[in-house]
Amino acid sequence: MTREEIREGLAEILEEVAGVNPEEALEEKSFTDDLDVDSLSMVEVVVAAEERFEVKIPDDEVQNLKTVGDAVSFIETARA
Amino acid sequence: MTTGVNGTKVIGFGHYQPSKVLTNEDLAKMVDTNDEWIVSRVGIKERRIAEHESVADMATAAAEMALSKSGLTAEDIDIVVVATCSAIDRVPNVASTVAARLGVASPAAMDVNTACSGFSHAVAVADHAIRAGSATKAVVVGVEKLSDFTDWTDRSTAVLFGDGAGAVVLTGVEDGEEPGVGPVVWGSVPEMSTAVRITAEDPHIKQDGQSVFRWATTTLAPLARKTAEAADVKIEDVGAVVFHQANLRIIEGIAKRLGADNAVIAKDIVGSGNTSAASVPLALSKMIEAGEVPSGAPILLFAFGGGLTYAGQIIRCP
Repeated sequence: MTREEIREGLAEILEEVAGVNPEEALEEKSFTDDLDVDSLSMVEVVVAAEERFEVKIPDDEVQNLKTVGDAVSFIETARA
Repeated sequence: MTTGVNGTKVIGFGHYQPSKVLTNEDLAKMVDTNDEWIVSRVGIKERRIAEHESVADMATAAAEMALSKSGLTAEDIDIVVVATCSAIDRVPNVASTVAARLGVASPAAMDVNTACSGFSHAVAVADHAIRAGSATKAVVVGVEKLSDFTDWTDRSTAVLFGDGAGAVVLTGVEDGEEPGVGPVVWGSVPEMSTAVRITAEDPHIKQDGQSVFRWATTTLAPLARKTAEAADVKIEDVGAVVFHQANLRIIEGIAKRLGADNAVIAKDIVGSGNTSAASVPLALSKMIEAGEVPSGAPILLFAFGGGLTYAGQIIRCP
Protein backbone atom coordinates (compact mmCIF):
# COMPACT_ATOMS: atom_id res chain seq x y z
CA MET A 1 0.00 0.00 0.00
CA THR A 2 1.48 3.36 -1.05
CA ARG A 3 1.55 6.53 1.06
CA GLU A 4 -1.08 8.01 -1.21
CA GLU A 5 -3.36 5.02 -0.76
CA ILE A 6 -2.99 5.30 3.02
CA ARG A 7 -3.73 9.05 2.85
CA GLU A 8 -6.84 8.43 0.72
CA GLY A 9 -8.04 5.81 3.19
CA LEU A 10 -7.52 8.24 6.08
CA ALA A 11 -9.37 10.94 4.15
CA GLU A 12 -12.38 8.63 3.83
CA ILE A 13 -12.28 7.90 7.56
CA LEU A 14 -11.98 11.60 8.40
CA GLU A 15 -14.99 12.37 6.22
CA GLU A 16 -17.08 9.65 7.83
CA VAL A 17 -16.07 10.27 11.45
CA ALA A 18 -15.58 14.04 11.55
CA GLY A 19 -17.17 15.40 8.39
CA VAL A 20 -13.85 16.56 6.93
CA ASN A 21 -13.89 17.41 3.21
CA PRO A 22 -11.62 14.72 1.61
CA GLU A 23 -9.95 17.34 -0.58
CA GLU A 24 -8.77 19.10 2.61
CA ALA A 25 -7.18 15.97 4.13
CA LEU A 26 -3.68 16.59 2.79
CA GLU A 27 -0.45 15.40 4.43
CA GLU A 28 0.59 18.79 5.77
CA LYS A 29 -2.78 19.49 7.46
CA SER A 30 -3.01 19.46 11.27
CA PHE A 31 -5.88 17.39 12.65
CA THR A 32 -6.82 19.91 15.33
CA ASP A 33 -5.75 23.27 13.84
CA ASP A 34 -6.67 22.81 10.17
CA LEU A 35 -9.28 20.05 10.07
CA ASP A 36 -11.10 20.83 13.35
CA VAL A 37 -10.89 17.21 14.57
CA ASP A 38 -11.38 17.28 18.36
CA SER A 39 -9.67 14.88 20.79
CA LEU A 40 -12.56 12.41 20.93
CA SER A 41 -13.04 12.39 17.15
CA MET A 42 -9.31 11.69 16.94
CA VAL A 43 -9.88 8.54 18.98
CA GLU A 44 -12.65 7.51 16.59
CA VAL A 45 -10.36 8.14 13.62
CA VAL A 46 -7.63 6.04 15.24
CA VAL A 47 -9.98 3.15 16.00
CA ALA A 48 -11.30 3.18 12.42
CA ALA A 49 -7.75 3.39 11.04
CA GLU A 50 -6.67 0.40 13.15
CA GLU A 51 -9.45 -1.70 11.63
CA ARG A 52 -8.93 -0.51 8.08
CA PHE A 53 -5.14 -0.74 7.95
CA GLU A 54 -4.77 -3.69 10.36
CA VAL A 55 -2.33 -1.89 12.66
CA LYS A 56 -2.19 -1.04 16.38
CA ILE A 57 -1.99 2.63 17.30
CA PRO A 58 -1.41 2.82 21.10
CA ASP A 59 -2.96 5.66 23.17
CA ASP A 60 0.54 7.00 23.93
CA GLU A 61 1.23 7.32 20.21
CA VAL A 62 -1.96 9.22 19.35
CA GLN A 63 -0.71 12.50 20.85
CA ASN A 64 2.30 12.42 18.49
CA LEU A 65 0.10 12.28 15.41
CA LYS A 66 -0.30 16.01 14.78
CA THR A 67 -0.76 16.00 11.01
CA VAL A 68 -2.29 13.69 8.42
CA GLY A 69 1.29 13.03 7.24
CA ASP A 70 2.31 11.91 10.78
CA ALA A 71 -0.53 9.37 10.75
CA VAL A 72 0.34 8.17 7.24
CA SER A 73 3.99 7.68 8.30
CA PHE A 74 3.02 5.80 11.46
CA ILE A 75 0.68 3.48 9.55
CA GLU A 76 3.23 2.95 6.75
CA THR A 77 5.92 1.95 9.29
CA ALA A 78 3.55 -0.20 11.32
CA ARG A 79 2.50 -2.14 8.22
CA ALA A 80 6.08 -2.66 7.00
CA MET B 1 -31.02 -23.61 56.73
CA THR B 2 -32.53 -20.54 55.10
CA THR B 3 -33.74 -21.00 51.59
CA GLY B 4 -33.85 -18.27 49.00
CA VAL B 5 -36.09 -17.50 46.06
CA ASN B 6 -35.75 -18.09 42.35
CA GLY B 7 -35.15 -14.43 41.54
CA THR B 8 -35.99 -10.82 42.29
CA LYS B 9 -37.88 -7.98 40.62
CA VAL B 10 -37.95 -4.20 40.74
CA ILE B 11 -41.19 -2.95 42.32
CA GLY B 12 -40.37 0.70 42.96
CA PHE B 13 -38.12 3.44 41.61
CA GLY B 14 -37.24 6.96 42.69
CA HIS B 15 -34.82 9.80 42.18
CA TYR B 16 -33.72 13.13 43.55
CA GLN B 17 -31.94 16.05 41.93
CA PRO B 18 -30.91 19.30 43.62
CA SER B 19 -32.80 22.42 42.51
CA LYS B 20 -29.66 24.44 41.66
CA VAL B 21 -29.10 24.36 37.87
CA LEU B 22 -25.64 25.02 36.43
CA THR B 23 -25.87 25.78 32.69
CA ASN B 24 -23.11 25.86 30.10
CA GLU B 25 -23.49 29.65 30.06
CA ASP B 26 -22.84 29.70 33.83
CA LEU B 27 -19.70 27.60 33.31
CA ALA B 28 -18.48 29.90 30.54
CA LYS B 29 -18.20 32.62 33.22
CA MET B 30 -16.01 30.34 35.38
CA VAL B 31 -13.64 28.70 32.87
CA ASP B 32 -12.62 29.21 29.23
CA THR B 33 -15.42 27.29 27.53
CA ASN B 34 -18.73 27.80 25.75
CA ASP B 35 -22.00 26.04 25.06
CA GLU B 36 -21.02 24.88 21.56
CA TRP B 37 -17.71 23.40 22.78
CA ILE B 38 -19.39 21.47 25.60
CA VAL B 39 -22.39 20.24 23.58
CA SER B 40 -20.26 19.05 20.66
CA ARG B 41 -17.85 17.11 22.89
CA VAL B 42 -20.02 15.67 25.63
CA GLY B 43 -23.63 16.54 24.81
CA ILE B 44 -24.36 18.19 28.17
CA LYS B 45 -26.46 21.38 28.34
CA GLU B 46 -26.91 21.71 32.10
CA ARG B 47 -26.37 19.84 35.36
CA ARG B 48 -27.69 20.01 38.93
CA ILE B 49 -25.41 20.97 41.82
CA ALA B 50 -26.11 20.20 45.48
CA GLU B 51 -25.62 23.44 47.41
CA HIS B 52 -27.30 22.39 50.63
CA GLU B 53 -27.84 18.64 50.25
CA SER B 54 -25.41 15.99 51.47
CA VAL B 55 -24.90 12.61 49.80
CA ALA B 56 -27.11 11.03 52.49
CA ASP B 57 -29.84 13.70 52.01
CA MET B 58 -30.10 12.95 48.29
CA ALA B 59 -29.92 9.17 48.82
CA THR B 60 -32.69 9.30 51.41
CA ALA B 61 -34.95 11.40 49.17
CA ALA B 62 -34.55 8.98 46.25
CA ALA B 63 -35.07 5.96 48.54
CA GLU B 64 -38.24 7.50 50.02
CA MET B 65 -39.72 7.94 46.55
CA ALA B 66 -38.81 4.37 45.56
CA LEU B 67 -40.30 2.98 48.76
CA SER B 68 -43.49 4.97 48.23
CA LYS B 69 -43.83 3.71 44.63
CA SER B 70 -43.22 0.11 45.73
CA GLY B 71 -46.17 0.05 48.13
CA LEU B 72 -43.88 -1.30 50.86
CA THR B 73 -42.96 0.46 54.08
CA ALA B 74 -39.61 0.83 55.83
CA GLU B 75 -40.51 -2.06 58.14
CA ASP B 76 -40.52 -4.46 55.18
CA ILE B 77 -36.91 -3.69 54.19
CA ASP B 78 -34.07 -5.89 55.45
CA ILE B 79 -31.13 -4.81 53.27
CA VAL B 80 -29.96 -1.36 52.14
CA VAL B 81 -27.16 -1.10 49.56
CA VAL B 82 -25.82 2.30 48.48
CA ALA B 83 -23.47 2.80 45.53
CA THR B 84 -21.33 5.91 45.86
CA CYS B 85 -17.73 7.12 45.63
CA SER B 86 -18.30 10.64 46.91
CA ALA B 87 -19.38 10.21 50.54
CA ILE B 88 -16.90 12.23 52.58
CA ASP B 89 -17.58 10.61 55.99
CA ARG B 90 -15.75 7.30 56.36
CA VAL B 91 -18.16 6.13 59.05
CA PRO B 92 -21.10 5.83 59.23
CA ASN B 93 -21.60 4.63 55.69
CA VAL B 94 -24.40 6.21 53.66
CA ALA B 95 -26.55 3.06 53.81
CA SER B 96 -26.70 3.21 57.63
CA THR B 97 -27.73 6.87 57.55
CA VAL B 98 -30.40 6.21 54.90
CA ALA B 99 -31.72 3.25 56.93
CA ALA B 100 -31.89 5.37 60.08
CA ARG B 101 -33.74 8.19 58.34
CA LEU B 102 -36.18 5.87 56.59
CA GLY B 103 -36.82 4.04 59.86
CA VAL B 104 -35.67 0.63 58.67
CA ALA B 105 -35.29 -1.39 61.85
CA SER B 106 -32.26 -3.67 61.49
CA PRO B 107 -31.16 -4.07 57.89
CA ALA B 108 -27.86 -5.23 56.50
CA ALA B 109 -26.55 -1.80 55.45
CA MET B 110 -23.55 -1.39 53.18
CA ASP B 111 -21.96 0.99 50.68
CA VAL B 112 -20.44 -0.27 47.45
CA ASN B 113 -17.73 1.76 45.71
CA THR B 114 -17.14 0.93 42.07
CA ALA B 115 -17.36 4.58 40.98
CA CYS B 116 -19.66 5.15 37.99
CA SER B 117 -20.59 1.47 37.62
CA GLY B 118 -21.70 1.22 41.27
CA PHE B 119 -25.46 0.98 40.85
CA SER B 120 -25.46 -2.21 38.77
CA HIS B 121 -22.99 -3.74 41.26
CA ALA B 122 -25.30 -2.76 44.13
CA VAL B 123 -28.36 -4.23 42.39
CA ALA B 124 -26.42 -7.48 41.91
CA VAL B 125 -25.41 -7.59 45.60
CA ALA B 126 -29.04 -7.12 46.68
CA ASP B 127 -30.35 -9.60 44.09
CA HIS B 128 -27.84 -12.22 45.19
CA ALA B 129 -28.64 -11.68 48.89
CA ILE B 130 -32.38 -12.12 48.33
CA ARG B 131 -31.94 -15.13 46.05
CA ALA B 132 -29.68 -16.75 48.64
CA GLY B 133 -32.20 -16.16 51.40
CA SER B 134 -30.02 -13.69 53.32
CA ALA B 135 -32.61 -10.94 52.86
CA THR B 136 -36.10 -10.54 51.43
CA LYS B 137 -36.61 -6.90 50.40
CA ALA B 138 -34.00 -4.34 49.40
CA VAL B 139 -33.56 -0.64 48.92
CA VAL B 140 -30.76 -0.01 46.41
CA VAL B 141 -29.48 3.53 45.86
CA GLY B 142 -26.96 5.17 43.52
CA VAL B 143 -25.95 8.60 44.78
CA GLU B 144 -23.16 11.03 44.04
CA LYS B 145 -22.03 14.54 44.93
CA LEU B 146 -19.04 14.94 42.65
CA SER B 147 -19.26 18.73 42.91
CA ASP B 148 -17.26 18.27 46.15
CA PHE B 149 -14.45 16.71 44.09
CA THR B 150 -14.59 18.88 40.97
CA ASP B 151 -11.76 21.26 40.08
CA TRP B 152 -13.83 24.28 39.03
CA THR B 153 -10.78 25.81 37.30
CA ASP B 154 -10.24 22.81 34.96
CA ARG B 155 -12.42 23.12 31.88
CA SER B 156 -11.81 19.52 30.81
CA THR B 157 -13.57 18.13 33.92
CA ALA B 158 -15.66 20.99 35.36
CA VAL B 159 -18.15 20.75 32.50
CA LEU B 160 -18.82 17.03 32.99
CA PHE B 161 -20.26 16.29 36.38
CA GLY B 162 -23.50 16.77 38.28
CA ASP B 163 -25.08 15.69 41.57
CA GLY B 164 -28.10 13.50 42.23
CA ALA B 165 -29.52 10.16 43.34
CA GLY B 166 -31.69 7.32 42.11
CA ALA B 167 -33.07 4.24 43.83
CA VAL B 168 -35.04 1.04 43.35
CA VAL B 169 -36.81 -1.40 45.65
CA LEU B 170 -36.28 -5.12 45.01
CA THR B 171 -38.29 -8.07 46.31
CA GLY B 172 -38.27 -11.80 45.64
CA VAL B 173 -40.48 -13.26 42.93
CA GLU B 174 -43.36 -15.62 43.74
CA ASP B 175 -43.06 -19.35 43.09
CA GLY B 176 -43.32 -19.92 39.33
CA GLU B 177 -42.85 -16.24 38.50
CA GLU B 178 -40.06 -15.31 36.06
CA PRO B 179 -37.19 -13.29 37.62
CA GLY B 180 -37.40 -9.56 36.89
CA VAL B 181 -33.67 -9.01 37.40
CA GLY B 182 -31.32 -10.83 35.05
CA PRO B 183 -27.85 -12.20 35.79
CA VAL B 184 -25.19 -9.54 36.27
CA VAL B 185 -22.34 -9.28 33.75
CA TRP B 186 -19.50 -7.56 35.56
CA GLY B 187 -15.76 -7.15 35.57
CA SER B 188 -12.87 -4.73 35.54
CA VAL B 189 -9.72 -3.70 33.69
CA PRO B 190 -7.01 -3.60 36.38
CA GLU B 191 -4.29 -2.38 34.00
CA MET B 192 -6.35 0.80 33.51
CA SER B 193 -6.91 1.32 37.26
CA THR B 194 -5.60 4.90 37.23
CA ALA B 195 -7.47 6.07 34.12
CA VAL B 196 -10.17 7.67 36.32
CA ARG B 197 -9.11 8.83 39.77
CA ILE B 198 -9.75 10.90 42.88
CA THR B 199 -6.64 10.42 45.01
CA ALA B 200 -5.25 11.71 48.30
CA GLU B 201 -2.52 13.68 46.50
CA ASP B 202 -5.10 15.74 44.63
CA PRO B 203 -8.69 15.15 45.70
CA HIS B 204 -10.23 16.28 42.42
CA ILE B 205 -11.67 13.94 39.81
CA LYS B 206 -9.29 13.41 36.92
CA GLN B 207 -9.37 11.10 33.94
CA ASP B 208 -7.40 10.09 30.87
CA GLY B 209 -10.24 11.11 28.62
CA GLN B 210 -9.05 9.66 25.33
CA SER B 211 -8.14 6.26 26.84
CA VAL B 212 -11.47 5.98 28.64
CA PHE B 213 -13.39 7.08 25.55
CA ARG B 214 -11.58 4.48 23.43
CA TRP B 215 -12.22 1.71 25.96
CA ALA B 216 -15.88 2.62 26.29
CA THR B 217 -16.63 2.92 22.59
CA THR B 218 -14.75 -0.22 21.52
CA THR B 219 -15.27 -2.80 24.28
CA LEU B 220 -18.62 -2.16 25.96
CA ALA B 221 -21.13 -2.93 23.19
CA PRO B 222 -20.26 -6.68 23.15
CA LEU B 223 -20.50 -6.77 26.97
CA ALA B 224 -23.89 -5.07 26.87
CA ARG B 225 -25.03 -7.62 24.29
CA LYS B 226 -23.78 -10.42 26.54
CA THR B 227 -25.86 -8.92 29.36
CA ALA B 228 -29.05 -9.28 27.31
CA GLU B 229 -28.07 -12.82 26.28
CA ALA B 230 -27.47 -13.76 29.94
CA ALA B 231 -31.13 -12.95 30.62
CA ASP B 232 -32.31 -14.78 27.45
CA VAL B 233 -33.51 -11.48 25.97
CA LYS B 234 -33.04 -10.87 22.24
CA ILE B 235 -31.42 -7.52 21.56
CA GLU B 236 -34.32 -6.46 19.32
CA ASP B 237 -36.76 -7.13 22.19
CA VAL B 238 -35.03 -4.73 24.59
CA GLY B 239 -37.49 -1.90 25.33
CA ALA B 240 -35.04 0.58 26.79
CA VAL B 241 -31.31 0.93 27.32
CA VAL B 242 -29.84 2.88 30.21
CA PHE B 243 -26.09 3.21 29.89
CA HIS B 244 -24.05 5.10 32.46
CA GLN B 245 -24.55 8.71 31.42
CA ALA B 246 -20.87 9.53 30.88
CA ASN B 247 -20.85 11.36 27.57
CA LEU B 248 -23.52 11.56 24.87
CA ARG B 249 -20.99 10.54 22.22
CA ILE B 250 -20.12 7.39 24.17
CA ILE B 251 -23.82 6.59 24.67
CA GLU B 252 -24.61 7.07 20.98
CA GLY B 253 -21.47 5.16 19.95
CA ILE B 254 -22.25 2.10 22.08
CA ALA B 255 -25.94 2.21 21.16
CA LYS B 256 -25.06 2.12 17.46
CA ARG B 257 -22.76 -0.88 17.92
CA LEU B 258 -25.24 -2.63 20.21
CA GLY B 259 -28.02 -2.48 17.62
CA ALA B 260 -30.96 -2.36 20.05
CA ASP B 261 -33.00 -0.74 17.32
CA ASN B 262 -36.39 -0.92 19.03
CA ALA B 263 -35.20 0.46 22.37
CA VAL B 264 -35.55 3.90 23.89
CA ILE B 265 -31.98 5.05 24.66
CA ALA B 266 -31.68 7.08 27.88
CA LYS B 267 -30.08 10.48 27.27
CA ASP B 268 -30.55 12.05 30.68
CA ILE B 269 -26.97 13.31 30.48
CA VAL B 270 -28.17 16.29 28.42
CA GLY B 271 -29.93 17.83 31.43
CA SER B 272 -28.12 16.15 34.33
CA GLY B 273 -24.47 15.74 33.35
CA ASN B 274 -22.43 12.74 34.47
CA THR B 275 -23.70 11.83 37.95
CA SER B 276 -21.46 8.74 38.30
CA ALA B 277 -23.16 5.98 40.34
CA ALA B 278 -26.42 7.96 40.34
CA SER B 279 -26.71 8.25 36.57
CA VAL B 280 -28.28 4.86 35.78
CA PRO B 281 -31.01 4.85 38.48
CA LEU B 282 -31.65 8.57 37.94
CA ALA B 283 -32.18 8.16 34.20
CA LEU B 284 -34.14 4.93 34.79
CA SER B 285 -36.52 6.47 37.31
CA LYS B 286 -37.19 9.55 35.16
CA MET B 287 -37.77 7.33 32.11
CA ILE B 288 -40.27 5.09 33.90
CA GLU B 289 -42.05 8.04 35.51
CA ALA B 290 -42.43 9.68 32.10
CA GLY B 291 -44.12 6.52 30.82
CA GLU B 292 -41.48 5.91 28.15
CA VAL B 293 -41.28 2.15 28.84
CA PRO B 294 -44.26 -0.23 29.05
CA SER B 295 -44.64 -2.30 32.21
CA GLY B 296 -42.90 -5.66 31.86
CA ALA B 297 -40.57 -4.53 29.06
CA PRO B 298 -36.91 -5.56 29.41
CA ILE B 299 -34.62 -2.65 30.24
CA LEU B 300 -30.89 -3.08 29.71
CA LEU B 301 -28.84 -1.36 32.41
CA PHE B 302 -25.13 -1.08 31.72
CA ALA B 303 -22.75 0.99 33.83
CA PHE B 304 -19.01 1.56 33.52
CA GLY B 305 -16.37 3.80 35.01
CA GLY B 306 -13.42 4.21 37.35
CA GLY B 307 -11.43 1.10 38.16
CA LEU B 308 -12.00 0.61 35.29
CA THR B 309 -15.12 -1.34 36.20
CA TYR B 310 -18.34 -2.33 34.48
CA ALA B 311 -21.58 -4.08 35.38
CA GLY B 312 -24.97 -4.52 33.82
CA GLN B 313 -28.18 -6.49 34.00
CA ILE B 314 -31.59 -6.71 32.38
CA ILE B 315 -34.49 -5.63 34.59
CA ARG B 316 -38.20 -5.85 33.83
CA CYS B 317 -39.94 -2.47 33.94
CA PRO B 318 -42.23 -2.42 37.03
